[in-house]
Amino acid sequence: MTNPLVCVKRVVDSSGEVVLTEDGQGVDGRYAGFTMSAHEECAVELAVQVAGATDGSATVMTLGDADAVEQLRTALAVGCTAATHVVADAQAYGPADVAREIAAVVRDHEAAGTPHELVLLGNDAADSGDFQVGIRLAYELGWPVVNGVSTVSVADGEVTASGAGPDGHETYRLPLPAVVTILEGGVEPRYPTVPGRMKAKKAPVEEREPVAAPTGTGRLRLVLPPPTPSSVEILGEGASAAPAVVDLFERLGVLAR
Amino acid sequence: MAEVPATADVVVIGAGIVGNSLVHHLTRLGWKNVVQIDKGALPNPGGSTGHASNFIFTVDHSREITDITLDSVAQYKEMGVFTESGGFEIARTEERMEELRRRMSSARAWGIEAELVSPAFVKEKVPFIEEDQFIGAFWTPGVGVVDSLRAGTIMRERAQATGELTVVPTVEVIGLDTEDGPHGTRRITRVRTTGGDIEAKTVVIAAGVWSPKLGDMAGISIPLTPAVHQMISVGPCPQLTEKEGEISFPIIRDMDTFCYERQHGADMEVGSYAHRAILHEPEDIPSIEQAKLSPTEMPFTEDDFDPQLEQAYELMPELLGAEGAEIRYAINGLLSLTCDGNPILGESEVAGLWTAAAVWIKEGPGVGRAVAEWMTHGHSEIDLHHSDIARFHQHQKRREHTRLRTTESFIKTYGIVHPAEQYESDRDQRLSPMHDSQAKLGAVFFETAGWERPFWYESNADLLEQYGDAVMPREHEWDSRWWSPIINAEHLRMREAAAVIDLSAFCIFDIEGPEALDVVQRTCVAQCDVAVGKVIYTPVLDAKGGFRSDLTVMRLGDDHFRVVTGGAHGMADRAWFAGHLPEGGTTTLTDRTDDVSTIGIWGPRARDIVSSLTSDDVSDEGFGFLTCREITLSPPSGAGITVLASRISYVGELGWELYVPMSQAADLWEALLEAGAPHGARPAGIGVYGTTGRIEKGYRAYGAELDGERSIVEAGMQRPKVKAADFVGKEAYLAQREAEPKAVLCTLTVDDHTSASGMKRYMLGGEPILTRDGGALADGHGHHPYVTSAGSAPSLGKHVLLAYLPPEQATIGNELAVSYMEELYPVTVGSIDATPLLDPTNERIR
Repeated sequence: MTNPLVCVKRVVDSSGEVVLTEDGQGVDGRYAGFTMSAHEECAVELAVQVAGATDGSATVMTLGDADAVEQLRTALAVGCTAATHVVADAQAYGPADVAREIAAVVRDHEAAGTPHELVLLGNDAADSGDFQVGIRLAYELGWPVVNGVSTVSVADGEVTASGAGPDGHETYRLPLPAVVTILEGGVEPRYPTVPGRMKAKKAPVEEREPVAAPTGTGRLRLVLPPPTPSSVEILGEGASAAPAVVDLFERLGVLAR
Repeated sequence: MAEVPATADVVVIGAGIVGNSLVHHLTRLGWKNVVQIDKGALPNPGGSTGHASNFIFTVDHSREITDITLDSVAQYKEMGVFTESGGFEIARTEERMEELRRRMSSARAWGIEAELVSPAFVKEKVPFIEEDQFIGAFWTPGVGVVDSLRAGTIMRERAQATGELTVVPTVEVIGLDTEDGPHGTRRITRVRTTGGDIEAKTVVIAAGVWSPKLGDMAGISIPLTPAVHQMISVGPCPQLTEKEGEISFPIIRDMDTFCYERQHGADMEVGSYAHRAILHEPEDIPSIEQAKLSPTEMPFTEDDFDPQLEQAYELMPELLGAEGAEIRYAINGLLSLTCDGNPILGESEVAGLWTAAAVWIKEGPGVGRAVAEWMTHGHSEIDLHHSDIARFHQHQKRREHTRLRTTESFIKTYGIVHPAEQYESDRDQRLSPMHDSQAKLGAVFFETAGWERPFWYESNADLLEQYGDAVMPREHEWDSRWWSPIINAEHLRMREAAAVIDLSAFCIFDIEGPEALDVVQRTCVAQCDVAVGKVIYTPVLDAKGGFRSDLTVMRLGDDHFRVVTGGAHGMADRAWFAGHLPEGGTTTLTDRTDDVSTIGIWGPRARDIVSSLTSDDVSDEGFGFLTCREITLSPPSGAGITVLASRISYVGELGWELYVPMSQAADLWEALLEAGAPHGARPAGIGVYGTTGRIEKGYRAYGAELDGERSIVEAGMQRPKVKAADFVGKEAYLAQREAEPKAVLCTLTVDDHTSASGMKRYMLGGEPILTRDGGALADGHGHHPYVTSAGSAPSLGKHVLLAYLPPEQATIGNELAVSYMEELYPVTVGSIDATPLLDPTNERIR
């Protein structure tokens, strides 16, 4: 039985143009809405699969303001069965702070009798892109870590994690307990079901204070890069444009001839 | 960057269902050099059409909306994009069942096939529904779904095939230029876009939720608000994947939870009108680049939807909880809402700048056709007066008003709305000078055009005992909601002594100048070339001979006419007259509504009361019927008040409308009540003026009996002669007089009110008239007769109904039936023309 802990962060959906808040301290979500990153959606899916395969249960946690409970409920709706909310201003907490808070949750849960042998995270947060929390967490806990994989399975006290590497497909086997950060692409995250959503709404969420105040460097402000110039090339009109479209698809690698 | 043509005969802004329908119908009607632009790409530029659930329920309580919807369905069918699925509106409560019975009335009245069915009937067609969740349903087999994007493309391509349409997507409007015309008017000259400027004398804003922003560019108010309608899509559901095509099961409207369930291929879409009103400002809608999906598919707010999710799940647990069925898509979709629920159509106060907004998928093609006809001919086949942009009064043009009213009405989208139901928000916008006095008298205020009008006065409750059963009390809560027997008591007192009625909501405007006579002659059917001091009651027609209005005109001088019309339709009437002022002339139209208050006094003692206050001659010889002049009323205390008195009556009694400066109206009101008291006079409300008094006299009301689809002849209002002078609609009117009418407006009385339960029921209007044994009737237009007005006639002791009947049924004494809440009540035809049931020779008015 493995009881994975999966860590998610409430971020602005980044599928549209990025809009900054007026104070430049964050991304404005009023148009795009809030979500967790695609990496984390895959991490949640893998956590649920691991729990399911080992008769364990998956716990989701986040560090964020009161609204971040929405992301916890999203994970609860797709199969996580417990949730922990460290109520804090996510903007003020850097990677080291977050790693420390996750470690505290892991230790406290273990002390309470529900150890997490596996902690899954997204490869990087969609807004701040620090790429650090997973490694810092492993260091904090003294656990092995593998980054940037896209599938995970657990058997015989080992976790098998694999994904694309610079020289081909890479597979790692780590002894449990372990930390793994997930890149999207290996699994298709499920959508919530109606009963799942209803259950999630009623599920209790463990709320806790951070164990320490944030340390380290603060943020001055975010700036947007200059817009990349775009140009439009008309490939043609009607049926006669078809060969040009096929050529383009081949060049993009979405079509093999 | 796309570039636009430099000139156009007409520019249509928007390529949603409305804009596409418009370009099709405009080119079909012969318009040349049409340019259509949209800031988005085609075929889905990102507006509300792109995410619509695309289903059409055809029965609405409004005839106008129903007719537009039926025309739209016919067009969708012709284009091959309509799939008939049938639809159920299910009831979880007895109160809702009663509402569904009322929907049956509307279905019968508009001639739409429908029936009330059992849960078992629903289960047979929708096997995955839980029968024990509801008690009955309203079944409309003709309900269906459409492909509105495909329909838009077809219509746009048809327009392009004429060679007269240029479509330019991905250009955004950045300005609408106008120039000043005569009499403070303005006219549209140019559309400025990111792709260049287009010179055009005619422009249509068909930009859905963005329309207010575009209106602002030209300085006009298009009072709609973008509002969220939440929808989720759950699938794949195995019960649905077994079936081919987009839809195989009837659509369910779960009326009491304000939700719908509509199959869309393998998915079930669950939509909600139950959540809090989530309104946005048009400026806050994201751009195409900023949006996650499209600008009008805003991020889903789960918490708002959760209660509906549970209710939907209870109704269809096996389907929505099926293995593998997931919530695959969820949006806060934006759609347009208005303060009164109707679209915003027609020419704005900027000449040449038209609007076609706040239109839903079910109305799109019908609106496109009707507005194109209106732009081409000056009128449309389907009467659109409830949707006319000219209807808005100043206070309704504020965004705040729209925001407050739609916040209140959103939850009523599937609600049970009484025909007389009043809004609670943004009231007290226009108070008559007598308002304080009326409040002290216990006035129950209803709103018309922002005016707070007493419908009855609780201070008259003492009359109930005096008149006993003659006040025709109503036992059933629905029949007596927004009603009081005090109305009928006030009525009886008026007929016995006199009543004083506040008519401040009248819309009053003066037409003055050398062409004033020409203007009213051209606009009005009645002879307006009369002596100064004459009062004229007249229909106003459109070119096809349908009613634009009916109103009174007073000739106050050789070059001075005063037009008095009802508040509700007053703005549209004013726009109509203003539109007939000669371009180069010096004749002006001046709105006097805010300067002049009106108080009516009628009843057998009215002359005694008025003469007790004045030394002017108010005898029949000295002040004849249908004349007006100034008289001075001198209350015992206080200064004399000079009023314009007009001897006319909408309640069939001797008396006057007294036009008084606002500043003196409260004094006049008190003086009339004081002087009237010894004669038995009481204040009376609009319940008497608008319903009981008028209906006993068979007087027609615009918006009820009269609209653009009715003629003078059918309304039984033709006079022996037609004036020699030309007027709008004359040619059509002359032809109508020669032809046999296809329908005849009749007055009917209800013979027996007893329902099956033994309770007496009283119709409120809108009910179908059938043969005595319940058979359907159809007039020469193919329309089914329905009650246009219903009300107590206390002096007759009868409940009176007005209805247009097939000519062969229009015989006095003909025995028919009215269907009310799915029970038949016997009725008898009492009058087949304008002859009133009470005082047919009009003795009382003299």
